Amino acid sequence: MTKLAQWLLGLLLLGGVWATVTFDLLDLDPPPACREVFWPLPVYLLVAFGCYSLATIGYRVATFNDCEDAAQELQQQIRQAKEELSRKGMRL
Amino acid sequence: MAAVRERKGARDGTGDMYSVLLPTYNERENLPIIVWLLVKYFGESGYKYEIIIIDDGSPDGTLEVAKQLQKIYGEDKILLRPREKKLGLGTAYIHGMQHASGNFIIIMDADLSHHPKFIPEFIKKQKEGNFDIVSGTRYIGNGGVYGWDLKRKLISRGANFLSQVLLRPGASDLTGSFRLYKKTVLQKLVDNCVSKGYVFQMEMIVRARQFNYTIGEVPISFVDRVYGESKLGGNEIVSFLKGLLTLFATT
Repeated sequence: MTKLAQWLLGLLLLGGVWATVTFDLLDLDPPPACREVFWPLPVYLLVAFGCYSLATIGYRVATFNDCEDAAQELQQQIRQAKEELSRKGMRL
Repeated sequence: MAAVRERKGARDGTGDMYSVLLPTYNERENLPIIVWLLVKYFGESGYKYEIIIIDDGSPDGTLEVAKQLQKIYGEDKILLRPREKKLGLGTAYIHGMQHASGNFIIIMDADLSHHPKFIPEFIKKQKEGNFDIVSGTRYIGNGGVYGWDLKRKLISRGANFLSQVLLRPGASDLTGSFRLYKKTVLQKLVDNCVSKGYVFQMEMIVRARQFNYTIGEVPISFVDRVYGESKLGGNEIVSFLKGLLTLFATT
């Protein structure tokens, strides 16, 4: 099953549950309070997911390591490499 | 000199050999340095290796430089497998692999953004879990980048988050191209991957998950191009999104 199919299946299941409760398709007659909570649920979930995404990305951008040391080490090794290679007869 | 290096190279004793594939295009400045670093770190760690340079007809004379390096380090260590013109990464790997005698293949960029000091760590990691693939990652542990501004970091992290959510690939760095593969595994992946550019790297990891290959990860520091221009424009982003959606719908 492709990822797309997995997502569609998941959304279909959730949507089914949501529609069943919101429109009372099975005539279960849930208490009004329950329906009140249920009908805007997709929007809540969407907003929650959006917040989670922004928070996660923001945190990861903020904690993205800056590898200063690695850059300095590389610069030093570039000099070493050039010296040694010229000694070995390389035209740089 | 070559004989000494040969004996040193055999210290490992497992019979494993590592072929480093270096696709190049206009890398005359970087190539000598990357080769020097490879020789240094392989020499120190004692693993058996060869470096296969696949130059796609660079107009800047990269091939000339490669020939000089071959003279210095020996034809057993440096193999030249040039091609006439720029033909893309996927075919460069196929081309390089045909000439590789190692049972492991290491793929990396020749622009010095991938440091050979991590290769011994890749190898150690691979042996630890007998992984099919070991992937370098900028996104976890001590991994990181150098030379990226906030915008670039944001795009990178955003793109990575989106692909993690949509594809759940089981590896944290999808677009990185510093990896070690078992040769048979790489062969199978290359045969099955259709994308171009760096979407190709992404597809390789996603297909790997499809085939149930195991993936180990090693944090790496990515130092953005020292010489030459770094490539990230609007085009890259569009092709990334296209690739992502294609993989989302087909894997």
